[in-house]
Amino acid sequence: MITFMNNSDSEEEPCNERTSLMSAESPSVPSYQDGLQASEAGEVQAHRKRRTGSSHSPNNIADGEMSDSGVPERESTLENEEEELTLKYGAKHVIMLFVPVTLCMIVVVATIKSVRFYTEKNGQLIYTPFSEDTPSVGQRLLNSVLNTIIMISVIVVMTVFLVLLYKYRCYKFIHGWLILSSLMLLFLFTYIYLGEVLKTYNVAMDYPTLFLVIWNFGAVGMICIHWKGPLQLQQAYLIMISALMALVFIKYLPEWSAWVILGAISIYDLMAVLCPKGPLRMLVETAQERNEPIFPALIYSSAMIWTVGMAKPDTAARGPSQQTWDAAEDGRENHRSPSHADSQMSERRSPVPARPVTSLEELEEEERGVKLGLGDFIFYSVLVGKAAATASGDWNTTLACFVAILIGLCLTLLLLAVFKKALPALPISITFGLVFYFSTDNLVRPFMDTLASHQLYI
Amino acid sequence: AFFWLVSLLLASLIWFVSVHLSDRDDAKLQYGLLVFGAAVSVLLQEAFRFAYFKLLKKADEGLATISEDGRSPISLRQMAYVSGLSFGIISGVFSVINILADSIGPGIVGIHGDSPYYFITSAFLTMALVLLHTFWGVIFFDACEKRRYWCLGLVVGSHLLTSGLTFLNPWYEASLVPIFIITLCTGLWAFFTAGGSFRNILKCLSCKQEDESRVMMYSALQVPFED
Repeated sequence: MITFMNNSDSEEEPCNERTSLMSAESPSVPSYQDGLQASEAGEVQAHRKRRTGSSHSPNNIADGEMSDSGVPERESTLENEEEELTLKYGAKHVIMLFVPVTLCMIVVVATIKSVRFYTEKNGQLIYTPFSEDTPSVGQRLLNSVLNTIIMISVIVVMTVFLVLLYKYRCYKFIHGWLILSSLMLLFLFTYIYLGEVLKTYNVAMDYPTLFLVIWNFGAVGMICIHWKGPLQLQQAYLIMISALMALVFIKYLPEWSAWVILGAISIYDLMAVLCPKGPLRMLVETAQERNEPIFPALIYSSAMIWTVGMAKPDTAARGPSQQTWDAAEDGRENHRSPSHADSQMSERRSPVPARPVTSLEELEEEERGVKLGLGDFIFYSVLVGKAAATASGDWNTTLACFVAILIGLCLTLLLLAVFKKALPALPISITFGLVFYFSTDNLVRPFMDTLASHQLYI
Repeated sequence: AFFWLVSLLLASLIWFVSVHLSDRDDAKLQYGLLVFGAAVSVLLQEAFRFAYFKLLKKADEGLATISEDGRSPISLRQMAYVSGLSFGIISGVFSVINILADSIGPGIVGIHGDSPYYFITSAFLTMALVLLHTFWGVIFFDACEKRRYWCLGLVVGSHLLTSGLTFLNPWYEASLVPIFIITLCTGLWAFFTAGGSFRNILKCLSCKQEDESRVMMYSALQVPFED
């Protein structure tokens, strides 16, 4: 089983380096034996973060109005610039997210297409106990639905467990479990992956070299993710971890169950983020009440907050919004970063209306990055990987799913810029991906094959 | 690319339904349905290109209103080029990627009597198609902008013609050569539509001379300064 919990620590205190992830005293999410837990925790955190982000914006707007009452004109120009910057940043954020998502998918698809280990059926996770080797279609469908129900209920239970743990402040427990799970992910799964790749290409390797390579890889990974490290190295590690996790899911989830689980998870994500009584929402509200950062979990961030030269009220105000840096685990997180970025901007603008705005803007521009939870990476890659593994139309289906997911991500970011509150990243992309997978596999493939056999072009 | 995919989806849906409703064993009918499917696909692609134009126009207006100087940061011509290019890329990739994947594996081309030049002609056809989509994008957007509907009709017509020429396919002289001629003509047309001219080309090629003249002007400016 995978104790799959990588938590990148959030930045609680302002950091003076551009590329550091500071270790946070924020409670870690308990790593559980199963990716679900991680995802749940991730979701939890995502929701918490979302809540923080959304609740911060009204606060900031209120502050802004109070302090800027004497300068309405400047406020309006500031707002205009802010809106323009938001849109400009929106486009930049989209590109900044496209690259890592694409890289993760490329790694997963390349592995699936070349290493046969990940497409062989070698058993199932204990969370999907029902087998799909049944003769009748109805029985198979029933089994996959039951598998999904079990998986989703495990996720819900783990989320509630997480909320309780957080409520009773068992931070050390969570932190320790987190480190343990990321250890296992970085060492054990990398070892298996490397072994399979070497087997596929028939490359000989001795154990001492292997030990050295894996030890270095894992140790640097632990440091980068949980402590400080160069930003790009940390991003690369997070991408690799998501790819490894996605590969495990692709291998161990039976086909129909995987598709039903993908659909159910996006529905769950949608409900958990937007419903008022969801456990994740409660988690976020608790974190806000305590003014604490949410669990350090896996979140992919494309830029770091850089607080050099910021005024005091900014750093104080920044504390709670920095909490939203914690990413949720492999759960379905959302990027609340644009919403947080907005809240940060208005935070900074409100206490310092007299300052030259341009320099602040420049600093803010460099600081605003985009954050996407690793759970989203993982499920996107699972969808594309499954399409690559099981589609008989091969590359056309994979490409169609890839384009669909990216367009869904684009739309989600657009909605985020419009609504300025946390939104789930999974539903739109997964819906598009599923629709395109099934339609391309069943409708487009015979059409394109027939055209290609006559060498016709359209 | 997404818009092109949706158009392809709808076209395949139509073809699929028509195939299932018809007699499977009649080869002529199936071939006719294929031709029909291809024509429907071409028309749908152009329709979705138009829809994309409308969407970009709206976005352009939105960007212009919120920007500082009232103009959007991306011109419509750039959008036309990008849109055409992406249509071309996704269309080309969908046409050729499976062929490329098969070309790695062991096999003999044309062992059942088909042409042995299948791979190379597919490559050339795909290249022509990608370029054509790019040019059509530029011309199409410009025609929609200036409301020259005959240009639109010509674009759709040339797309149908190109697709129809590929039906002659094992007879490569009749299909490849006209398609390349069409590509060249459409390319020139798109170049002139986008504002290019012979003078522009000459200016671009002789940019060194222009720099020299500028240098001379600078030194001429310096003389009175020293005085």
